[in-house]
Amino acid sequence: MEDLALLLARWQFGIVTVYHWLFVPITLGITWMVAIMETTWLHTKNPVYLRMTKFWGKLMLINFAIGVVTGIVQEFQFGMNWSTYSRFVGDIFGAPLAIEALLAFFIESTFLGLWIFGWKKLKPTVHVLTIWIVAFGTMASAFWILVAGSWMQYPVGYVLNPETGRAEMDNFLEIITSKMVWAQFPHTIFVGFATAGSLILGVSAWHLMKRQHLEVMRKSAAFASVALLVGSLGVALTGHWLGQVMVEVQPMKMAAAEALWEDEQPAAFSLFAVGDKENNRNAINMSIPRGLSLLSCNNLDCEVRGINSLQAEMVENHGPGDYIPNLFVTYWGFRLMVGAGSLMILIGALGVWFYLRGTLAKHRWFLLLALWGGIAAGFVGNATGWIFTELGRQPWVVYEVLLTKGTNSPTVPASWVWISLIGFSVLYAILAVPAVYLFVKFAKAGPGEENSNDDVAASMIY
Amino acid sequence: MEQGIMNLETLWFVLIAVLWTGFFFLEGFDFGVGILLPFIGKDDEERRVMINTIGPTWDGNEVWLLTAGGAMFAAFPIWYATMFSGFYLALFLILIALIVRGVAFEYRSKHPSSEWRIAWDGAIFFGSLLPALLFGVAFGNLVRGLEIDAAGEYVGGFWALLNPYSLVMGITSLVLFTLHGALFLSLKAKGVIYDRAVEVAKPLSIAATVVLAVAMVWSYVQADSGVVPGLLPIAAVALLGVVIWLAYSKLFAWAFVFTGLTIVTVVAAIFIGMYPNVMTSTIDPAYSLTVFNASSTTMTLQIMSIVALIFVPIVLVYQSWSYWVFRKRVGPEDVKTPTH
Repeated sequence: MEDLALLLARWQFGIVTVYHWLFVPITLGITWMVAIMETTWLHTKNPVYLRMTKFWGKLMLINFAIGVVTGIVQEFQFGMNWSTYSRFVGDIFGAPLAIEALLAFFIESTFLGLWIFGWKKLKPTVHVLTIWIVAFGTMASAFWILVAGSWMQYPVGYVLNPETGRAEMDNFLEIITSKMVWAQFPHTIFVGFATAGSLILGVSAWHLMKRQHLEVMRKSAAFASVALLVGSLGVALTGHWLGQVMVEVQPMKMAAAEALWEDEQPAAFSLFAVGDKENNRNAINMSIPRGLSLLSCNNLDCEVRGINSLQAEMVENHGPGDYIPNLFVTYWGFRLMVGAGSLMILIGALGVWFYLRGTLAKHRWFLLLALWGGIAAGFVGNATGWIFTELGRQPWVVYEVLLTKGTNSPTVPASWVWISLIGFSVLYAILAVPAVYLFVKFAKAGPGEENSNDDVAASMIY
Repeated sequence: MEQGIMNLETLWFVLIAVLWTGFFFLEGFDFGVGILLPFIGKDDEERRVMINTIGPTWDGNEVWLLTAGGAMFAAFPIWYATMFSGFYLALFLILIALIVRGVAFEYRSKHPSSEWRIAWDGAIFFGSLLPALLFGVAFGNLVRGLEIDAAGEYVGGFWALLNPYSLVMGITSLVLFTLHGALFLSLKAKGVIYDRAVEVAKPLSIAATVVLAVAMVWSYVQADSGVVPGLLPIAAVALLGVVIWLAYSKLFAWAFVFTGLTIVTVVAAIFIGMYPNVMTSTIDPAYSLTVFNASSTTMTLQIMSIVALIFVPIVLVYQSWSYWVFRKRVGPEDVKTPTH
């Protein structure tokens, strides 16, 4: 039954992390956008910007609350569910987690408290500073957790101690400057801008369709379109870069993402494939010639390695076993991620274009697309992106160092994991109800008529 | 193996004790306010006064827990792994409690319906009560010792954690935090909440002293501790005894300081009593996890020491500043304005 406990622990990790990751990208982007709005209010003294700050700030808080509390589980469950893993990597993996708490969580929680409750108590210049500090705190948080996560994808700066059987830190600088960190981190930050941009644009579009709160919503939609376009283009560029790092350090993940069975030179980019895993080939495959070579190494001719030869190489290096990740999930996860990102680029570009022509509020089809397509694309892109990255690493938990199998807690039986898996899943599902309810309620109610910081104070407190 | 106390392992043991102390001192009164919510907040406005006394700072207080957990992972991964997997179901309950409580603070006032607010009040109450109880139970088990096997794994199961001694420790932390919360309200609330908080603090100070005395005597009897750790439990009970006198003399600010000192002393007693063990094995003392056999490498401890020595003081400065910004008492006039 050991394997059942492992399977359940993996499902729990996937569920609670993807759920957490629905809220966190919004936080990453929206804190910056609210900070910019409040700064503009201070500079222009135009109350429209104060109303924007309060309106989007409230939606930020409704989102922030779930992101924060679901994050606590993330930090605890390594020890709870993955004690063997924690013992093996703790010397390296624990440090960025502790630094994240000390450098980022304290900043975020303390200064967000000051921002929420400080509208009357702080000078406006100090008040706006608090939200900027929160915004930097969210970035610091993203950085340190990605240092930890990137090390699992691309372990560097460590030695294996044969005496203790543990991975031990050898070079901290190498760990935090690894090319995986510096591809994942900007990718994630741009994801935040794109996601928050699509959310703000979507909500603004709803009001523009209803022809209400036009002043606030026009400005918000324009601002959000720029954030969405810049963010999603940044996501694509850093994603391309991240993909090339993957080809280099995790060729199996990219081969799986492309359902590329045999080494190809030049390699084609697959658009639609139906795998035939028993015979290690695709039953159906429609593709763009040379596309994958272009994506992998920026030229049309390079060789891209396929699953079969990589599997053979893994067996040679690590002994017999199946080293191929779940192809269906990686292949379609990758395509959904890229598709969602492309839709976001399109919506951002259209938004900026219509804004420049002064017709942002006029095209009903565009507003509908921004509302339904844009918001959905953000969530779908983030969820599938995370699933692709993490499942594409399997069967390894630390790539080519430690297999996932056997790293769960030996003293935690499947019955306990059932309890927590069901408990967290049910609780998270229940919490989604008031979160969505409040978000929709405040989003529909629209901004108020505030003219000074004092007018905002009363509605922010608990 | 090093035996002195001038080493990085011991420094990190002390730092982790400091982080837990900070958590219990700060979040202790947040839990207390949450536990007292249904008892001294009779209507919505009164309960809002109570919640807003901790509103700006509760989340920052909770980060002390996250930092303590993260520091255990970084500095003593073996301790973190054994304890967090061993206390699995207890930690699961604590997580559920902290999740609903955190969301409740943020969501409660954002909708005027009374059913909505009563439901979130329940989340705040149980979400405060359960951790206040279970953290005491958890530390009781650390003091008492656990079934740690030769592989350094906890093999005692869930129900063994609910032994009488640890439950008494749990009740102690529950009552102590409730008292701490009542005294915090005496500093931060005005009007009827202040009046009721100081009234409830008086009998609570007696109850807390009694349960703490029982817990400390029991600890003393079951541990073969020497004279030095024995002094701290006595000091803790004495400090809490002073709180009774201070509360009945209406010196509530001083009483708050002394419950705080009691918490500091109890945590110090627990950690000093354990040292150099971090998880004491009841199967065979040789199986115990110690600061030396559960720690990270010197390099990791050095890096973490530099980070901590720079950033812990900075955190203390801005967290103190935030308490200074929100130093004024909260009364009904502060929460009267309609929410939207």
